Amino acid sequence: MSVLSLRDVTYTYPGTFAPAIADVTLEIGPGELVVLAGGSGSGKSTLLRAANGLVPHFHGGAFAGRAIVAGMDTRDHGPGALAAAVGTLFQDPETQVVMGTVRAELALPLENQGEAPAAVARAVEEAALALGIAHLLDRPTAELSGGELQRVALGAALAGRPKLILLDEPTSQLDPVAGDELIALLRRLNEDFDAAIVIAEHRLERCLGFADRAIAMRGGRVVCDAAPAEFLAWACDAAPELATPGARLLSGLGLAPVAGVKAARSALRARGLLPDVEPFAAGAPDRRERKSRRRAEDPALELDRVWHEIDRGPAILRGISVQVGPGERVALMGRNGAGKSTLLRHAAGLMRPTRGKVRSSGRVALLLQNPTNYLVHERVALEASPAALATVGLGDPSLADRHPRDLSGGEKQRLALAIVLDGAGGPGYTPAVVCLDEPTRGMDRRRKHELAALLRDLDAAVLVATHDPEFVAAFAGRVVLLGEGTVIADGSPAEILAGGTYFATETARILGGAGGALVAEQGVALVSGPAGLAGSAVARAEVSA
Amino acid sequence: MTYRRRASPLHAARAGVGCAYCAALALATLLLSAPVVLGAVLVSIAGAAVGARVVPEMRRAALLALPLGLLVMGVNMLVAQGGLTVIARLGDLPVFGQTDITLEATVYGAVLGLRAIALILCGALYTAAVDPDEVLALFRRFSFHSALTATLATRMVPVLARDARRLAEAQRCRPGPPPSRARLMRATTSGVLDRALDVAAALEVRGYGAARRPRGWRVSRPWSRHDIAFAVSAIAIVGLAVAARAANLLPFQSDPSLHAPVGAGGAAAAAALVICALLPFADRRGIER
Repeated sequence: MSVLSLRDVTYTYPGTFAPAIADVTLEIGPGELVVLAGGSGSGKSTLLRAANGLVPHFHGGAFAGRAIVAGMDTRDHGPGALAAAVGTLFQDPETQVVMGTVRAELALPLENQGEAPAAVARAVEEAALALGIAHLLDRPTAELSGGELQRVALGAALAGRPKLILLDEPTSQLDPVAGDELIALLRRLNEDFDAAIVIAEHRLERCLGFADRAIAMRGGRVVCDAAPAEFLAWACDAAPELATPGARLLSGLGLAPVAGVKAARSALRARGLLPDVEPFAAGAPDRRERKSRRRAEDPALELDRVWHEIDRGPAILRGISVQVGPGERVALMGRNGAGKSTLLRHAAGLMRPTRGKVRSSGRVALLLQNPTNYLVHERVALEASPAALATVGLGDPSLADRHPRDLSGGEKQRLALAIVLDGAGGPGYTPAVVCLDEPTRGMDRRRKHELAALLRDLDAAVLVATHDPEFVAAFAGRVVLLGEGTVIADGSPAEILAGGTYFATETARILGGAGGALVAEQGVALVSGPAGLAGSAVARAEVSA
Repeated sequence: MTYRRRASPLHAARAGVGCAYCAALALATLLLSAPVVLGAVLVSIAGAAVGARVVPEMRRAALLALPLGLLVMGVNMLVAQGGLTVIARLGDLPVFGQTDITLEATVYGAVLGLRAIALILCGALYTAAVDPDEVLALFRRFSFHSALTATLATRMVPVLARDARRLAEAQRCRPGPPPSRARLMRATTSGVLDRALDVAAALEVRGYGAARRPRGWRVSRPWSRHDIAFAVSAIAIVGLAVAARAANLLPFQSDPSLHAPVGAGGAAAAAALVICALLPFADRRGIER
């Protein structure tokens, strides 16, 4: 018997005409781990909300078809009743954690179910141990990091031992380390708890490797439902935006795509296309050379030994010196708490250094993480000048009269960018430097490419704080890696992203950093080119023959 | 101000006992108005703040309470015309009319101000040292949804404060003239409603809408040394305050003239109140969790 059964489910949100999901039919069995793929607005979140009863009980709207969850029809059972069988984890950890301490948070769903206190206490202990958060049980939730909060929210979803766990982009707000840890945790829980897991995710390379199935959605309909390898083969042909970099690499080399770095490496190794090579190191200018080159230019932005020390708290920035040249595209990377956002705030003048100086050749525009905070008008046309809207691709007259908050996530991001870029305020308003803080959070691959293209076309210098190595590879000419408030590496994307693990693209991880190849197309060129690895492998084979 | 678990005897005590302890101090403030008692309560609260390691939180609360106390005192000075000792003649003031400031009204105003400050600090001590989730668990049997809503409201305060900070930063990043206050208010309200919708959805999938009363009894938790110490302390404080009031050990009168004698009995009662309040903090065994 399946845990989740959807039969011809069609749902339309109130106030809209087009259905968010249409004629969706699928079955998910016990213990299955299913990845839900698709672009923004493809219906992934709505499908998950139909499975936990929020659709239609919470959102209203028109619902047709049948959704049976653990034997309960969602038309007869609301999300409260379904909560005993379904655990749900949303994107934003801040709004999911509602209690003051971790222990109370884990206990809440069980207490709502009327469980006896002894059973609640035992389930809380088990969930905390399973998720490795036993040490956090008595910590106030207000003090936890994003990754810890998301673990706690997952614990609350798991505490009642649900048969089905639904996760809606659970890693989109986390740094790569916390995201990978969460995914690894899910994998273990899937094995230990035997709960079926459905995870909607944009970074498919993170979870396809251990999924049983992948379901792709487009325009609210299921367009592919297959095993991960078959899904990737389909994606390479029919939906390139859903193909992982590893799949595109293998496909470009004429091999069948497989999911996961390890499997991709094995596939390449089996064909002799992955010889043991040293990670990329050569070819970049050395530190002294780079320094003298930058000093010779007139920088668009300069942070000179900048310190940011919190009163009775830690030093967030510790004497950072960074220069950004005019028109240069720089990515700021580093784990959460490394000082990226603080550095951007100093660059834009939102903060004053406790020591050191910040200089810029003109206005510094800053786009913070939540674009909605920039929106204050009732019409898109009132938010920014027509020229700025056209620059970010929102010049379509049909958008002018729409309410800014009704736009999609990607459109809101571009509108906020138009607002900060807007030079209509007069001379001096055109920014010399554009800073963006985590602009790709929750964005699908297509929108990331569009944003990267947009940033490449800007005249101003661009400084972007991001955790996303694929995005960095697409737009940046230089990467500054921060750690504990200091610069720990500064070089070309090939230097920084090819040799690492967490701060490396999937292509670089598959190829072990060989040749500094960061994206699939570079990898294909490297491996199949005359001077590439294939060539050397063939040469070596000839020599040994 | 939010609750943070710290290694202190008061944090180690169960929430019901912590509530009773703070309530006992507040009750003593309300039962007795002699300045010496109010001083003793304030000393007790200050000592408790040190013992519970919540001095920064209490300092912030005191900075908020102090202007309120001064306001109460100032208003009483201007409004109350009782008392025989005139210390200033302000003449005919608009709204207040003929105004004389008397020593008695000033002292009574100061006592009222001190009482307000002591009550605020009792509330602040409760907020900083008593686990709200445990308090929720105490009240859930009577009115679960109301208790959870109250807890949620306090939990959302720091989240909304962070949202407000982000909104303010984003507005500073907008080039050109800043948007009007009305526009900002509308944007803020929209943001808060969005946040409320997200929280409501999260609560729904945690089973809030179908919440049932718990089956079976609560797990009985053995009384720790700190539970016992603070419970005894709360009973002793209330007992002392009731006895001192019944025996009129600490009389206080401000009209027509000041009368606040402190006899040996009264001084002993005030000293005993401080000792009772602070003694439980002396035992620091088993305070880490």
